[in-house]
Amino acid sequence: MTPSRDQREARLASRAVQVAFLIALLVLWYLATTRWRVSPLLLPNPVVVLRDFWNILTTGEFIGDLRVTLTELVIAFTIAAGSGLFVGYLVSRSQYCIQVFEPLFAGIYSVPIILFLPLYVLLFGLGPASKIALGATISFFPIALNTIAGFGYVERTLVIAARSMGASDLQLFRFVLLPAALPVILTGMRMGFTVALLSIIGSETIASLAGLGHRIVYLAEGMETAAMFAYIAFVVAIAAILNTLVSALEARGRRRR
Amino acid sequence: MMTSHTMQRPWVARIAVVVLLLALWEVAARWWVDPMFVSPPSRVVASLPTLFDTRGLPAALRVTFWELAVAFALSVAIGLAIGLAVGLQPFARKSFMPIILLLYGTPQVTILPLFVLYFGIGPASKIAFGVSHGFFPIVMTVVAGVQNIKPILLTSARSMGARRGQILRYVIFPHMIPSFFAGMRLAMTGVLLGVLLAELHVIHAELRSYPALGAHLGARRHGHHAKRDCSARRAAF
Repeated sequence: MTPSRDQREARLASRAVQVAFLIALLVLWYLATTRWRVSPLLLPNPVVVLRDFWNILTTGEFIGDLRVTLTELVIAFTIAAGSGLFVGYLVSRSQYCIQVFEPLFAGIYSVPIILFLPLYVLLFGLGPASKIALGATISFFPIALNTIAGFGYVERTLVIAARSMGASDLQLFRFVLLPAALPVILTGMRMGFTVALLSIIGSETIASLAGLGHRIVYLAEGMETAAMFAYIAFVVAIAAILNTLVSALEARGRRRR
Repeated sequence: MMTSHTMQRPWVARIAVVVLLLALWEVAARWWVDPMFVSPPSRVVASLPTLFDTRGLPAALRVTFWELAVAFALSVAIGLAIGLAVGLQPFARKSFMPIILLLYGTPQVTILPLFVLYFGIGPASKIAFGVSHGFFPIVMTVVAGVQNIKPILLTSARSMGARRGQILRYVIFPHMIPSFFAGMRLAMTGVLLGVLLAELHVIHAELRSYPALGAHLGARRHGHHAKRDCSARRAAF
Protein backbone atom coordinates (compact mmCIF):
# COMPACT_ATOMS: atom_id res chain seq x y z
CA MET A 1 0.00 0.00 0.00
CA THR A 2 1.50 3.30 -1.01
CA PRO A 3 0.91 6.16 1.41
CA SER A 4 -1.56 8.72 0.21
CA ARG A 5 -0.66 12.36 -0.18
CA ASP A 6 -2.29 13.28 3.14
CA GLN A 7 -0.31 10.63 4.99
CA ARG A 8 2.92 11.79 3.44
CA GLU A 9 2.19 15.37 4.38
CA ALA A 10 1.35 14.34 7.94
CA ARG A 11 4.57 12.42 8.24
CA LEU A 12 6.53 15.36 6.89
CA ALA A 13 4.86 17.63 9.44
CA SER A 14 5.76 15.23 12.25
CA ARG A 15 9.37 15.21 11.15
CA ALA A 16 9.35 18.99 11.01
CA VAL A 17 8.01 19.17 14.58
CA GLN A 18 10.67 16.74 15.77
CA VAL A 19 13.49 18.69 14.15
CA ALA A 20 12.06 21.98 15.39
CA PHE A 21 11.84 20.57 18.92
CA LEU A 22 15.48 19.52 18.90
CA ILE A 23 16.61 22.85 17.43
CA ALA A 24 14.56 24.74 20.01
CA LEU A 25 16.23 22.73 22.77
CA LEU A 26 19.68 23.54 21.38
CA VAL A 27 18.84 27.24 21.02
CA LEU A 28 17.50 27.35 24.58
CA TRP A 29 20.64 25.62 25.79
CA TYR A 30 22.82 28.10 23.91
CA LEU A 31 20.86 31.11 25.17
CA ALA A 32 20.93 29.81 28.73
CA THR A 33 24.69 29.65 28.72
CA THR A 34 25.38 32.89 26.85
CA ARG A 35 22.54 35.27 27.76
CA TRP A 36 21.02 34.10 30.99
CA ARG A 37 24.30 33.50 32.80
CA VAL A 38 23.74 29.92 33.85
CA SER A 39 27.00 28.84 35.46
CA PRO A 40 29.20 26.87 33.04
CA LEU A 41 29.81 24.49 35.92
CA LEU A 42 26.16 23.43 35.74
CA LEU A 43 25.50 23.81 32.04
CA PRO A 44 28.47 24.22 29.72
CA ASN A 45 28.18 26.04 26.41
CA PRO A 46 27.10 23.65 23.64
CA VAL A 47 29.88 24.93 21.40
CA VAL A 48 32.46 24.04 24.03
CA VAL A 49 30.87 20.62 24.48
CA LEU A 50 31.01 20.04 20.73
CA ARG A 51 34.68 21.04 20.68
CA ASP A 52 35.45 18.71 23.57
CA PHE A 53 33.54 15.93 21.84
CA TRP A 54 35.61 16.47 18.71
CA ASN A 55 38.79 16.50 20.83
CA ILE A 56 37.84 13.19 22.41
CA LEU A 57 37.26 11.64 19.00
CA THR A 58 40.39 12.99 17.33
CA THR A 59 42.89 12.49 20.14
CA GLY A 60 41.68 8.96 20.75
CA GLU A 61 41.89 9.39 24.53
CA PHE A 62 38.69 7.36 24.82
CA ILE A 63 40.30 4.18 23.49
CA GLY A 64 41.65 2.97 26.84
CA ASP A 65 38.36 3.36 28.67
CA LEU A 66 36.34 2.05 25.75
CA ARG A 67 38.52 -1.05 25.58
CA VAL A 68 38.03 -1.72 29.31
CA THR A 69 34.25 -1.36 29.09
CA LEU A 70 33.91 -3.41 25.91
CA THR A 71 36.14 -6.20 27.24
CA GLU A 72 34.03 -6.38 30.37
CA LEU A 73 30.89 -6.40 28.25
CA VAL A 74 32.07 -9.14 25.90
CA ILE A 75 33.25 -11.45 28.69
CA ALA A 76 30.14 -10.85 30.81
CA PHE A 77 27.81 -11.45 27.87
CA THR A 78 29.66 -14.59 26.78
CA ILE A 79 29.39 -16.06 30.27
CA ALA A 80 25.73 -15.08 30.57
CA ALA A 81 24.79 -16.36 27.11
CA GLY A 82 26.63 -19.63 27.57
CA SER A 83 25.25 -20.41 31.00
CA GLY A 84 21.81 -18.96 30.24
CA LEU A 85 21.36 -21.05 27.11
CA PHE A 86 22.70 -24.17 28.83
CA VAL A 87 20.60 -23.86 31.98
CA GLY A 88 17.55 -22.70 30.02
CA TYR A 89 17.74 -25.67 27.66
CA LEU A 90 18.18 -28.17 30.51
CA VAL A 91 15.23 -26.73 32.41
CA SER A 92 13.01 -26.63 29.33
CA ARG A 93 13.42 -30.40 28.77
CA SER A 94 10.73 -31.29 31.27
CA GLN A 95 7.45 -29.60 32.02
CA TYR A 96 8.05 -30.29 35.69
CA CYS A 97 11.42 -28.52 35.74
CA ILE A 98 9.85 -25.52 34.01
CA GLN A 99 7.21 -25.29 36.71
CA VAL A 100 9.86 -25.55 39.41
CA PHE A 101 12.49 -23.17 38.05
CA GLU A 102 10.73 -20.60 35.88
CA PRO A 103 8.98 -18.74 38.73
CA LEU A 104 12.23 -18.89 40.69
CA PHE A 105 14.21 -17.22 37.90
CA ALA A 106 11.43 -14.73 37.21
CA GLY A 107 11.36 -13.82 40.90
CA ILE A 108 15.09 -13.20 41.04
CA TYR A 109 14.94 -11.30 37.73
CA SER A 110 12.49 -8.80 39.22
CA VAL A 111 14.96 -7.91 42.00
CA PRO A 112 17.28 -5.04 41.00
CA ILE A 113 20.51 -7.04 41.19
CA ILE A 114 22.70 -3.96 40.70
CA LEU A 115 22.05 -3.16 44.37
CA PHE A 116 24.27 -6.14 45.21
CA LEU A 117 27.19 -4.25 43.68
CA PRO A 118 28.90 -3.58 47.05
CA LEU A 119 28.90 -7.33 47.69
CA TYR A 120 30.37 -7.97 44.24
CA VAL A 121 33.06 -5.37 44.84
CA LEU A 122 33.81 -7.06 48.16
CA LEU A 123 34.15 -10.47 46.51
CA PHE A 124 35.75 -9.53 43.18
CA GLY A 125 37.55 -6.27 43.88
CA LEU A 126 37.25 -2.82 42.34
CA GLY A 127 38.65 -3.88 38.96
CA PRO A 128 36.91 -5.32 35.89
CA ALA A 129 36.16 -8.66 37.60
CA SER A 130 33.32 -7.26 39.70
CA LYS A 131 31.72 -5.61 36.64
CA ILE A 132 32.01 -8.81 34.63
CA ALA A 133 30.46 -10.85 37.44
CA LEU A 134 27.63 -8.38 37.97
CA GLY A 135 26.91 -7.97 34.24
CA ALA A 136 26.93 -11.75 33.76
CA THR A 137 24.55 -12.28 36.68
CA ILE A 138 22.13 -9.63 35.51
CA SER A 139 22.02 -10.69 31.87
CA PHE A 140 21.83 -14.41 32.73
CA PHE A 141 18.18 -14.17 33.76
CA PRO A 142 16.51 -12.75 30.63
CA ILE A 143 18.54 -15.17 28.49
CA ALA A 144 17.69 -18.21 30.63
CA LEU A 145 14.01 -17.20 30.94
CA ASN A 146 13.61 -16.67 27.20
CA THR A 147 15.42 -19.91 26.41
CA ILE A 148 12.99 -21.73 28.70
CA ALA A 149 10.07 -19.95 27.06
CA GLY A 150 11.43 -20.71 23.58
CA PHE A 151 12.17 -24.40 24.00
CA GLY A 152 9.54 -25.16 26.60
CA TYR A 153 6.46 -24.04 24.76
CA VAL A 154 7.01 -25.55 21.33
CA GLU A 155 3.67 -26.81 20.04
CA ARG A 156 3.18 -30.42 21.05
CA THR A 157 1.66 -31.46 17.74
CA LEU A 158 4.83 -30.42 15.89
CA VAL A 159 7.02 -32.52 18.20
CA ILE A 160 4.66 -35.50 18.01
CA ALA A 161 4.43 -35.23 14.22
CA ALA A 162 8.22 -35.15 13.86
CA ARG A 163 8.58 -38.08 16.24
CA SER A 164 5.97 -40.15 14.47
CA MET A 165 7.77 -39.52 11.19
CA GLY A 166 10.82 -41.05 12.84
CA ALA A 167 12.98 -38.02 13.62
CA SER A 168 16.02 -38.68 15.79
CA ASP A 169 16.79 -36.48 18.81
CA LEU A 170 19.26 -34.48 16.78
CA GLN A 171 16.85 -34.03 13.87
CA LEU A 172 14.08 -33.06 16.25
CA PHE A 173 16.34 -30.39 17.74
CA ARG A 174 17.66 -29.13 14.40
CA PHE A 175 14.41 -29.00 12.43
CA VAL A 176 11.66 -28.52 15.00
CA LEU A 177 12.81 -27.18 18.36
CA LEU A 178 15.48 -24.74 17.20
CA PRO A 179 13.45 -22.99 14.47
CA ALA A 180 10.50 -22.66 16.81
CA ALA A 181 12.53 -21.36 19.72
CA LEU A 182 15.05 -19.15 17.95
CA PRO A 183 13.06 -15.89 17.74
CA VAL A 184 12.28 -15.93 21.47
CA ILE A 185 15.86 -16.86 22.37
CA LEU A 186 17.26 -14.09 20.20
CA THR A 187 14.99 -11.58 21.90
CA GLY A 188 16.28 -12.84 25.24
CA MET A 189 19.88 -12.46 24.08
CA ARG A 190 19.19 -8.89 22.94
CA MET A 191 17.59 -8.04 26.30
CA GLY A 192 20.51 -9.68 28.07
CA PHE A 193 22.99 -7.68 26.05
CA THR A 194 21.23 -4.39 26.79
CA VAL A 195 21.01 -4.98 30.54
CA ALA A 196 24.62 -6.18 30.62
CA LEU A 197 25.74 -2.94 28.96
CA LEU A 198 23.61 -0.83 31.30
CA SER A 199 24.71 -2.59 34.45
CA ILE A 200 28.39 -2.49 33.50
CA ILE A 201 28.33 1.25 32.78
CA GLY A 202 26.24 1.77 35.91
CA SER A 203 28.58 -0.16 38.16
CA GLU A 204 31.50 1.72 36.64
CA THR A 205 29.94 5.01 37.66
CA ILE A 206 29.44 3.72 41.21
CA ALA A 207 32.76 2.05 41.99
CA SER A 208 35.59 1.34 39.58
CA LEU A 209 39.15 2.03 38.51
CA ALA A 210 38.68 2.43 34.76
CA GLY A 211 36.08 2.39 32.01
CA LEU A 212 33.69 4.84 30.36
CA GLY A 213 31.40 5.16 33.39
CA HIS A 214 34.42 5.79 35.59
CA ARG A 215 35.62 8.53 33.23
CA ILE A 216 32.29 10.37 33.44
CA VAL A 217 32.34 10.38 37.25
CA TYR A 218 36.00 11.36 37.26
CA LEU A 219 35.24 14.40 35.09
CA ALA A 220 32.16 15.26 37.17
CA GLU A 221 34.19 15.24 40.35
CA GLY A 222 36.84 17.38 38.67
CA MET A 223 34.07 19.87 37.72
CA GLU A 224 35.03 19.55 34.05
CA THR A 225 31.41 19.69 33.03
CA ALA A 226 31.96 20.33 29.33
CA ALA A 227 34.18 17.28 28.96
CA MET A 228 31.69 15.28 31.02
CA PHE A 229 28.83 16.26 28.70
CA ALA A 230 30.98 15.26 25.75
CA TYR A 231 31.70 11.88 27.33
CA ILE A 232 28.05 11.33 28.16
CA ALA A 233 27.19 12.01 24.53
CA PHE A 234 29.96 9.61 23.52
CA VAL A 235 28.68 6.83 25.80
CA VAL A 236 25.10 7.33 24.64
CA ALA A 237 26.29 7.13 21.04
CA ILE A 238 28.27 3.94 21.75
CA ALA A 239 25.25 2.42 23.51
CA ALA A 240 22.98 3.38 20.61
CA ILE A 241 25.39 1.89 18.07
CA LEU A 242 25.74 -1.36 20.02
CA ASN A 243 21.98 -1.66 20.52
CA THR A 244 21.25 -1.05 16.83
CA LEU A 245 23.90 -3.58 15.91
CA VAL A 246 22.44 -6.22 18.19
CA SER A 247 18.88 -5.50 17.02
CA ALA A 248 20.05 -5.86 13.41
CA LEU A 249 21.72 -9.18 14.25
CA GLU A 250 18.51 -10.30 15.95
CA ALA A 251 16.40 -9.40 12.91
CA ARG A 252 18.89 -11.21 10.66
CA GLY A 253 18.82 -14.31 12.84
CA ARG A 254 15.03 -14.34 12.71
CA ARG A 255 14.95 -14.18 8.94
CA ARG A 256 17.52 -16.92 8.40
CA ARG A 257 15.95 -19.72 10.34
CA MET B 1 12.18 -41.63 42.81
CA MET B 2 9.69 -38.82 42.84
CA THR B 3 6.26 -39.47 44.19
CA SER B 4 3.19 -38.31 42.34
CA HIS B 5 2.51 -36.07 45.32
CA THR B 6 5.48 -33.81 44.62
CA MET B 7 4.87 -34.07 40.89
CA GLN B 8 1.51 -32.41 41.36
CA ARG B 9 2.93 -29.61 43.49
CA PRO B 10 5.88 -27.92 41.78
CA TRP B 11 6.10 -25.36 44.55
CA VAL B 12 7.26 -28.07 46.98
CA ALA B 13 10.22 -28.78 44.73
CA ARG B 14 10.74 -25.03 44.24
CA ILE B 15 11.06 -24.50 47.97
CA ALA B 16 13.32 -27.56 48.14
CA VAL B 17 15.62 -25.95 45.57
CA VAL B 18 15.74 -22.73 47.58
CA VAL B 19 16.46 -24.64 50.79
CA LEU B 20 19.17 -26.63 49.01
CA LEU B 21 20.82 -23.41 47.80
CA LEU B 22 20.68 -21.94 51.30
CA ALA B 23 22.20 -25.13 52.72
CA LEU B 24 24.98 -24.99 50.14
CA TRP B 25 25.63 -21.36 51.05
CA GLU B 26 25.69 -22.30 54.73
CA VAL B 27 28.16 -25.13 54.15
CA ALA B 28 30.34 -23.03 51.86
CA ALA B 29 30.41 -20.12 54.27
CA ARG B 30 31.22 -22.29 57.28
CA TRP B 31 33.97 -24.45 55.85
CA TRP B 32 35.27 -23.26 52.50
CA VAL B 33 35.25 -19.49 52.22
CA ASP B 34 36.92 -16.83 54.31
CA PRO B 35 34.24 -15.71 56.83
CA MET B 36 35.45 -12.16 56.23
CA PHE B 37 33.72 -12.20 52.84
CA VAL B 38 30.71 -14.48 53.17
CA SER B 39 28.79 -15.25 56.30
CA PRO B 40 26.42 -18.22 56.55
CA PRO B 41 22.67 -17.50 56.20
CA SER B 42 21.99 -18.72 59.74
CA ARG B 43 24.12 -15.90 61.10
CA VAL B 44 22.55 -13.43 58.71
CA VAL B 45 19.13 -14.34 60.05
CA ALA B 46 20.40 -14.21 63.63
CA SER B 47 21.72 -10.70 63.11
CA LEU B 48 18.44 -9.43 61.63
CA PRO B 49 16.96 -8.30 64.99
CA THR B 50 20.12 -6.40 65.88
CA LEU B 51 19.79 -4.59 62.57
CA PHE B 52 17.00 -2.44 63.89
CA ASP B 53 19.02 -1.52 66.95
CA THR B 54 21.65 -0.03 64.66
CA ARG B 55 21.90 3.66 65.16
CA GLY B 56 20.47 5.55 62.21
CA LEU B 57 18.75 2.66 60.45
CA PRO B 58 15.16 3.65 61.26
CA ALA B 59 15.99 7.15 60.06
CA ALA B 60 17.59 5.69 56.93
CA LEU B 61 14.50 3.59 56.22
CA ARG B 62 12.28 6.60 56.70
CA VAL B 63 14.37 8.73 54.32
CA THR B 64 14.39 6.06 51.63
CA PHE B 65 10.66 5.37 51.89
CA TRP B 66 9.92 9.06 51.75
CA GLU B 67 12.13 9.45 48.67
CA LEU B 68 10.41 6.45 47.07
CA ALA B 69 6.93 7.81 47.80
CA VAL B 70 7.66 11.30 46.47
CA ALA B 71 9.46 9.95 43.40
CA PHE B 72 6.60 7.55 42.65
CA ALA B 73 3.92 10.22 43.07
CA LEU B 74 5.83 12.62 40.83
CA SER B 75 6.41 9.88 38.22
CA VAL B 76 2.71 9.08 38.06
CA ALA B 77 1.67 12.74 37.88
CA ILE B 78 4.24 13.77 35.26
CA GLY B 79 3.90 10.53 33.31
CA LEU B 80 0.12 10.79 33.20
CA ALA B 81 0.20 14.43 32.09
CA ILE B 82 2.78 13.85 29.37
CA GLY B 83 1.20 10.55 28.34
CA LEU B 84 -2.22 12.14 27.89
CA ALA B 85 -0.81 15.22 26.17
CA VAL B 86 1.16 13.12 23.70
CA GLY B 87 -1.20 10.18 23.35
CA LEU B 88 -4.53 11.87 22.76
CA GLN B 89 -3.64 13.48 19.46
CA PRO B 90 -2.33 11.29 16.65
CA PHE B 91 -0.19 14.13 15.36
CA ALA B 92 1.46 14.78 18.73
CA ARG B 93 1.97 11.05 19.14
CA LYS B 94 3.69 10.68 15.79
CA SER B 95 5.84 13.73 16.44
CA PHE B 96 6.92 13.21 20.01
CA MET B 97 6.80 9.45 20.60
CA PRO B 98 10.06 8.86 18.68
CA ILE B 99 11.78 11.45 20.88
CA ILE B 100 10.39 9.87 24.06
CA LEU B 101 11.39 6.39 22.85
CA LEU B 102 14.88 7.67 22.11
CA LEU B 103 15.19 9.14 25.61
CA TYR B 104 13.79 5.94 27.13
CA GLY B 105 16.39 3.93 25.26
CA THR B 106 19.40 5.91 26.43
CA PRO B 107 21.18 4.53 29.49
CA GLN B 108 20.24 6.86 32.33
CA VAL B 109 23.05 5.74 34.62
CA THR B 110 25.46 7.69 32.46
CA ILE B 111 23.80 10.96 33.46
CA LEU B 112 23.62 10.08 37.16
CA PRO B 113 26.52 12.48 37.94
CA LEU B 114 24.48 15.26 36.29
CA PHE B 115 21.60 14.65 38.70
CA VAL B 116 23.95 14.97 41.64
CA LEU B 117 25.38 18.13 40.10
CA TYR B 118 21.96 19.76 39.65
CA PHE B 119 20.05 18.50 42.67
CA GLY B 120 22.82 18.16 45.24
CA ILE B 121 23.61 15.19 47.40
CA GLY B 122 20.41 15.34 49.45
CA PRO B 123 17.10 13.57 48.79
CA ALA B 124 16.34 15.80 45.78
CA SER B 125 18.83 14.11 43.46
CA LYS B 126 17.59 10.65 44.46
CA ILE B 127 13.98 11.67 43.89
CA ALA B 128 14.85 13.20 40.53
CA PHE B 129 16.77 10.11 39.44
CA GLY B 130 13.93 7.89 40.63
CA VAL B 131 11.46 9.97 38.61
CA SER B 132 13.68 9.69 35.54
CA HIS B 133 13.37 5.90 35.84
CA GLY B 134 9.72 5.84 36.84
CA PHE B 135 7.96 8.18 34.49
CA PHE B 136 8.86 6.59 31.16
CA PRO B 137 6.94 3.34 31.78
CA ILE B 138 3.89 5.42 32.76
CA VAL B 139 4.11 7.53 29.61
CA MET B 140 4.49 4.42 27.44
CA THR B 141 1.56 2.57 28.98
CA VAL B 142 -0.72 5.62 29.06
CA VAL B 143 -0.03 6.29 25.39
CA ALA B 144 -0.58 2.62 24.56
CA GLY B 145 -3.81 2.58 26.60
CA VAL B 146 -5.17 5.73 24.99
CA GLN B 147 -4.23 4.48 21.55
CA ASN B 148 -6.32 1.34 21.91
CA ILE B 149 -9.61 3.18 22.41
CA LYS B 150 -11.96 2.47 19.55
CA PRO B 151 -12.53 5.71 17.63
CA ILE B 152 -16.23 4.85 17.36
CA LEU B 153 -16.59 5.23 21.15
CA LEU B 154 -15.08 8.71 21.04
CA THR B 155 -17.24 9.66 18.08
CA SER B 156 -20.44 8.42 19.66
CA ALA B 157 -19.65 10.14 22.97
CA ARG B 158 -19.03 13.37 21.13
CA SER B 159 -22.15 13.02 18.98
CA MET B 160 -24.18 12.55 22.17
CA GLY B 161 -22.84 15.90 23.28
CA ALA B 162 -20.14 14.92 25.80
CA ARG B 163 -17.78 17.67 26.77
CA ARG B 164 -14.01 17.20 26.77
CA GLY B 165 -13.90 16.56 30.52
CA GLN B 166 -16.72 14.06 30.27
CA ILE B 167 -14.98 12.19 27.46
CA LEU B 168 -11.86 12.01 29.61
CA ARG B 169 -13.79 10.86 32.64
CA TYR B 170 -16.18 8.35 31.08
CA VAL B 171 -14.44 7.05 27.96
CA ILE B 172 -10.69 7.54 28.10
CA PHE B 173 -9.93 6.83 31.77
CA PRO B 174 -11.92 3.59 32.02
CA HIS B 175 -10.15 2.31 28.91
CA MET B 176 -6.75 3.31 30.16
CA ILE B 177 -7.00 1.66 33.58
CA PRO B 178 -5.55 -1.83 32.90
CA SER B 179 -2.46 -0.65 31.06
CA PHE B 180 -2.09 2.27 33.47
CA PHE B 181 -1.85 -0.11 36.42
CA ALA B 182 0.68 -2.25 34.57
CA GLY B 183 2.65 0.95 34.01
CA MET B 184 2.46 1.85 37.70
CA ARG B 185 3.92 -1.52 38.61
CA LEU B 186 6.78 -1.03 36.16
CA ALA B 187 7.23 2.51 37.45
CA MET B 188 7.51 1.27 41.03
CA THR B 189 10.32 -1.09 40.03
CA GLY B 190 12.00 1.73 38.14
CA VAL B 191 11.67 4.21 40.99
CA LEU B 192 13.09 1.69 43.47
CA LEU B 193 16.04 1.06 41.17
CA GLY B 194 16.64 4.75 40.49
CA VAL B 195 16.45 5.90 44.10
CA LEU B 196 18.67 3.14 45.46
CA LEU B 197 21.17 3.54 42.59
CA ALA B 198 21.45 7.24 43.29
CA GLU B 199 21.95 6.57 46.99
CA LEU B 200 24.68 4.05 46.19
CA HIS B 201 26.33 6.48 43.82
CA VAL B 202 26.32 9.37 46.25
CA ILE B 203 27.80 7.28 49.02
CA HIS B 204 30.70 6.47 46.76
CA ALA B 205 31.22 10.16 46.22
CA GLU B 206 32.90 9.97 49.63
CA LEU B 207 29.90 11.09 51.64
CA ARG B 208 29.22 8.20 53.88
CA SER B 209 27.42 9.92 56.71
CA TYR B 210 24.25 10.63 54.80
CA PRO B 211 21.44 8.64 56.40
CA ALA B 212 19.71 6.55 53.79
CA LEU B 213 19.29 2.87 53.11
CA GLY B 214 21.54 2.75 50.04
CA ALA B 215 24.12 4.69 52.01
CA HIS B 216 23.93 2.06 54.71
CA LEU B 217 24.71 -0.68 52.22
CA GLY B 218 27.71 1.29 51.03
CA ALA B 219 28.92 2.22 54.51
CA ARG B 220 28.60 -1.35 55.70
CA ARG B 221 30.79 -2.51 52.92
CA HIS B 222 33.47 -0.08 53.89
CA GLY B 223 33.35 -1.43 57.41
CA HIS B 224 33.61 -5.01 56.12
CA HIS B 225 30.47 -6.08 57.93
CA ALA B 226 29.55 -8.69 55.35
CA LYS B 227 27.04 -10.21 57.73
CA ARG B 228 25.13 -7.05 58.48
CA ASP B 229 25.41 -6.06 54.85
CA CYS B 230 23.44 -9.12 53.81
CA SER B 231 20.70 -8.49 56.32
CA ALA B 232 20.45 -4.80 55.43
CA ARG B 233 19.93 -5.96 51.88
CA ARG B 234 17.19 -8.34 52.95
CA ALA B 235 15.52 -5.46 54.72
CA ALA B 236 15.76 -3.45 51.54
CA PHE B 237 13.43 -5.90 49.78
